[in-house]
Amino acid sequence: MVLNVVRRAEQMLIQNESRVKEYLPITGLADFNKLSAKLIFGADSPAIQENRVATVQCLSGTGSLRVGGEFLARHYHERTIYIPQPTWGNHPKVFTLAGLTARSYRYYDPATRGLDFQGLLEDLSSAPSGAIVLLHACAHNPTGVDPTLEQWEQIRQLMRSKALLPFFDSAYQGFASGSLDKDAQSVRMFVADGGELLMAQSYAKNMGLYGERVGALSIVCGSADIAVKVESQLKLVIRPMYSNPPLHGASIVATILKDSAMFDEWTLELKAMADRIISMREQLFNALKIRETPGDWSHIIKQIGMFTFTGLNSDQVAFMRQEYHIYMTSDGRISMAGLSSRTVPHLADAIHAAVTKLK
Amino acid sequence: MALAVDASRFEGVPMAPPDPILGVSEAFKADTSDLKLNLGVGAYRTEELQPAVLNVVKKAEKLMLEKGENKEYLPIEGFAAFNKATADLLLGADNPVIKQGRVATLQSLSGTGSLRLAAAFIQRYFPDAKVLISSPTWGNHKNIFNDARVPWSEYRYYDPKTVGLDFEGMIADIQAAPEGSFVLLHGCAHNPTGIDPTPEQWEKLADVIEEKKHMPFFDVAYQGFASGSLDEDASSVRLFVKRGLEVFVAQSYSKNLGLYAERIGAINVICSAPEVADRVKSQLKRLARPMYSNPPIHGAKIVANVVGDPTMFGEWKEEMEQMAGRIKNVRQKLYDSLTEKDQSGKDWSFILSQIGMFSFTGLNRPQSDNMTDKWHIYMTKDGRISLAGLNLAKCEYLADAIIDSFHNVN
Repeated sequence: MVLNVVRRAEQMLIQNESRVKEYLPITGLADFNKLSAKLIFGADSPAIQENRVATVQCLSGTGSLRVGGEFLARHYHERTIYIPQPTWGNHPKVFTLAGLTARSYRYYDPATRGLDFQGLLEDLSSAPSGAIVLLHACAHNPTGVDPTLEQWEQIRQLMRSKALLPFFDSAYQGFASGSLDKDAQSVRMFVADGGELLMAQSYAKNMGLYGERVGALSIVCGSADIAVKVESQLKLVIRPMYSNPPLHGASIVATILKDSAMFDEWTLELKAMADRIISMREQLFNALKIRETPGDWSHIIKQIGMFTFTGLNSDQVAFMRQEYHIYMTSDGRISMAGLSSRTVPHLADAIHAAVTKLK
Repeated sequence: MALAVDASRFEGVPMAPPDPILGVSEAFKADTSDLKLNLGVGAYRTEELQPAVLNVVKKAEKLMLEKGENKEYLPIEGFAAFNKATADLLLGADNPVIKQGRVATLQSLSGTGSLRLAAAFIQRYFPDAKVLISSPTWGNHKNIFNDARVPWSEYRYYDPKTVGLDFEGMIADIQAAPEGSFVLLHGCAHNPTGIDPTPEQWEKLADVIEEKKHMPFFDVAYQGFASGSLDEDASSVRLFVKRGLEVFVAQSYSKNLGLYAERIGAINVICSAPEVADRVKSQLKRLARPMYSNPPIHGAKIVANVVGDPTMFGEWKEEMEQMAGRIKNVRQKLYDSLTEKDQSGKDWSFILSQIGMFSFTGLNRPQSDNMTDKWHIYMTKDGRISLAGLNLAKCEYLADAIIDSFHNVN
């Protein structure tokens, strides 16, 4: 499903006879970079005003993470990156191949199906000073469990006190709550304190540009001079990897972000997508309540984003596949985006059966 | 809110030098002279010195827009129709190795991305092997192998005395290399020299490579662009494949379809058996996934549409012949201008015998600097000029600059 505003932007680009396909600079499309930084950090961000942000267009989230990781492996004094347990399956490999060592910090608590906040604080406290810490900006993948703002503030204070370097992965800005600003709050909190961080940004989900591979890596630095040097070194990472990034997706994004009517249209479509998922969550929760399915299912509506960590075990998952033809990963994660009002009752039946028949 | 303490963690990060090739365009843009000429990067320009999108590409994009296709993730290995079209184009659609399922093809990020994936594969599965690269070669080759941590050494290639191929040196160096080395060969239109082996020389190279159990590794960035014929430009690759050798081929559509910015190419590995190709493909995927997950759709769909439609394919071939033809014309005019203006009797015929976008002028570093500083002509410091950025109108000016730099600067 392609967003209407994306189709329109694409049409404008393809019908523009003066458009060319010359190599982009190594750092990518300049407009796209500036607009992406503004989107995630806020147009009035002091870091942007002070020219302290180095932004390079990369191949969606994965590419941004990989380029950031390679940069850190070369130029940062600490080679360890802490990643939440669990996390997106590709994270450990991206960082390991980039030359970093991946360690994990506690994150998900199966007992509450929520955040193991104590465990998180303990593990980050015992990390060596200066270590890199991967943070999901919002809509944690795969659990859907996010810290509250108060918890984020505590995390921020702890990290800054230990000089831990934040590396944010933002794949769902606007898609999680429906609000672009709300979904960027965690990141902006860290930027506001004047400190440094890395930010891997993806437009795969929030603009539905999955296959176009559009994203950006931003590094917020201590000064404008340093940002210039950092950018020059990012180019040395990129050039021997793929020379320069692909034009098409970035042009679509830039077209939309710079036109206020298209931007507004996008925010409406985004909110509709987010609302639909929130509605699916509510429908599923209510369906389980009506069936009086044993257990506390409130995590379905507390968790946020595309995925829900149901808490179902692998036997229950297998049962649901065999008896109800419902497919999910064996860790009990379901994609809410794949649900509709029509299919929710069937899923609720399946969960109910699995939970009552198997333990 | 407590402010973060600390000086920057990146205080010690040094300023990197500009890219020797891509940095030339940046310098060119900054030059305000009317006389300036950009002969740096290998991007095709029309006779009006304007970038151009191929008509057939515009057609394909309009068609794609009409079809209204989705933008879902491609598989890690890329767009299937694109992969098939690419293998067919490179090897010939009726090549037995394709029918036998012995070709592993992964859509990758143009030539650079294909080389990098192959380099990562070599590092992981052939950790003791080194890559032999020509002296000189494309500036980015060394960076790619360095970053992938694959050791390399050079084989003699360019002979400045003859401004031609040092074939004996090339053979000797390839022969002397440890068994099982990877030999990086330019399929056609060698970059930066424009000097290609003859068919007989290719046969001799295949003999030596076979004898030493080396792995041929082709970089094919100019198929169709060098001679104007897709098949002719692929003959070196096909020669090796016909011998039954296993071959790596990094391939790009940047120049021949003018898709520079869309980053579209492929890494192809021709293997001894289909189950080998399956295993190789699976491991290339494992290397691509933590690099960028899956490749970009747009360029792949353009290629698949153009190559898959007989009318568009025919139109493409015509446009490609025109581009190659324009460059041949420019070579002729430059040669004529040089011979007419240069009184020294120097032999400039290498301009005509070199092939492809580039000419290796033989100018050294200070002489190349003179081209830029005095004449506002931008080129890479190894003496390479991109004829794709030259037109008939500027040939005389260029000839003056070359003659001045060659004779008056040391």
